[in-house]
Amino acid sequence: MIADTRAKATGKGATSVFPARRTLPIAYGALFLIGSMLVGLLIGPAHLGLDAIVRALLSHVPFLGVRSHLSQSDSAILWQLRAPRVVLGMLVGGMLAIAGASYQGVFRNPLADPYLLGIAAGAGLGATLAIVYGHGAVEAYDLIPLAAFAGAAGGATCSYLLGRSAMAGSNTASLILAGVTVMSFLTAIQTFVQQQHAESLQEVYSWILGRLDTAGWHDVGLVAPYIGVSAIVLLLHRRALDVLSVGDEEAASLGINVNRTRLVIVVFATIGTAAAVAISGLIGFVGIIVPHAIRLVLGPSYRLILPLALLGGAGFLVLADVIARSILSPAELPIGVVTAFFGAPFFAVILRTSRSFR
Amino acid sequence: MTAISLQSVSVSLGGKRVVDDVDAEIAHGEWVTLIGPNGAGKSTLLRAIAGLVGFEGQVGLDGASISSLGRREIARLLAFVPQSPLLPPDMPVREYVLLGRTPHIGPFGYESKHDIEAANRALTRLELMPFAARSLRTLSGGEQQRAVLARALAQEAPLLLLDEPTTALDIGRQQQALELVAELRAQGPLTVLSAMHELTLAMQYADRLILLSEGHLIAAGPSDEIATEALISMHYRARVRVVDGDDGPVAVIPMRRRHSQS
Repeated sequence: MIADTRAKATGKGATSVFPARRTLPIAYGALFLIGSMLVGLLIGPAHLGLDAIVRALLSHVPFLGVRSHLSQSDSAILWQLRAPRVVLGMLVGGMLAIAGASYQGVFRNPLADPYLLGIAAGAGLGATLAIVYGHGAVEAYDLIPLAAFAGAAGGATCSYLLGRSAMAGSNTASLILAGVTVMSFLTAIQTFVQQQHAESLQEVYSWILGRLDTAGWHDVGLVAPYIGVSAIVLLLHRRALDVLSVGDEEAASLGINVNRTRLVIVVFATIGTAAAVAISGLIGFVGIIVPHAIRLVLGPSYRLILPLALLGGAGFLVLADVIARSILSPAELPIGVVTAFFGAPFFAVILRTSRSFR
Repeated sequence: MTAISLQSVSVSLGGKRVVDDVDAEIAHGEWVTLIGPNGAGKSTLLRAIAGLVGFEGQVGLDGASISSLGRREIARLLAFVPQSPLLPPDMPVREYVLLGRTPHIGPFGYESKHDIEAANRALTRLELMPFAARSLRTLSGGEQQRAVLARALAQEAPLLLLDEPTTALDIGRQQQALELVAELRAQGPLTVLSAMHELTLAMQYADRLILLSEGHLIAAGPSDEIATEALISMHYRARVRVVDGDDGPVAVIPMRRRHSQS
């Protein structure tokens, strides 16, 4: 009996010093994502109505007995045009944000972003080569995403090998410098190829600016496995990233295998980013501002930052895409322009308000 | 029973032998302090014992060779407090102390209630409860040092390695920090191996001293044998006087050279 009340007392003490405030922010993040999804499905040239969309979604949930009221053409707009685009935005946005957060943690560098290790330049070169030399094969074999993925993975591998050989050990600065070196070199080649083939300039340029305008579920299926696996592996390392924030040697003294942990995180963040880049081009800013906005509001723990970056990045990119395709409708704005144009002021507001908190 | 045993331990850094052929044994419950001039290899020897640098020879913890132990197993046996810990500025104290539970948590696991209780105990013992929710950057130097010690305590390892626990502290804080370690040792079975510059404090708190110089172990034993004017003046190149108290020497005082005025 006495032991019982004692346990309760320490339990209470535990909750007062260690508040369980992790579930609430994640619930808000999930709500934000669901809201963004509905907005993404709702807004477009054809008016479908929120009620009809919710019913159509619920009709796919078994045992509810809800029937969709949508006509066949509306249903096609919803399921074949808007839904795949929303899902792709979620996958790409979530992946870029969680990869950015992971890179920032693993390199202990707030400026790290998912394109850090030559990924962007590699993907750009791959896509440019495919556009310029691919001709007829482009459509038939998914040549652009394939080449972009290969380029991204190749760029990251070169950076890693160069960074490792430049400094035997785990110095993160040398890896970042290697990434910058590889990026400059690959960008030089990409620019040269692009200049030699001015006729494809428009196409290359529009790829580089990034877009979610795709061929439907096919593209989603192409990248979903890579992004899904990467996101899960990164989420599993959320506590390890917190431990790494005390420095390599102290993390090692706490029982973490630092080099292996860092390698696993970098490899999966890179695979996921390469998959996202392959299908959507270079969408800037998401990987930097989403994790930082979360960090400024909720603090430095990666146990919160990683899951919320996934949810917040997904919702943010879906909303950015809604703006990109509706603001100049029927023309489309490159989504990278939207993420930067609306993301930067939003980030500035968070930066200022959270400063004044301190 | 030996808590730490060293058999011809050598460490080379950048081609230089920083620790050279050191043999030593530290018993359970003992407090041993490594002393020696700058560059004697004190910190490097501590890091070798913690498995943080490669070494030749044998390091045994509780009878097991650390070469046969995994990272996590070592971390459950010993807690290491480095000279200048990297403190994530925005991390709340309680989260930081909770990181000490890492060796007890599975690779992808979360803290259990038991882990949170251990962190609470460490926070209470170091009187950090009022600071628990504050971020590390808002703490004073002495409070930060207590937070680092609390993290090491939360590890609940039987061995505690302290690298220069009193640098950057004023004389009162130095005393408090060492009294704290002495108190913790009185409360439970804890073996302490520390490295220290401050000779007076080293000889007052340690059961035994080990004098290192240029990587070699020069002498080991109780402070009246090690902290002698002869050994200190030879290895530190210092003119000192050792002052005796009621039971043995209590202080090392540097003596200024008198320049004759013409």
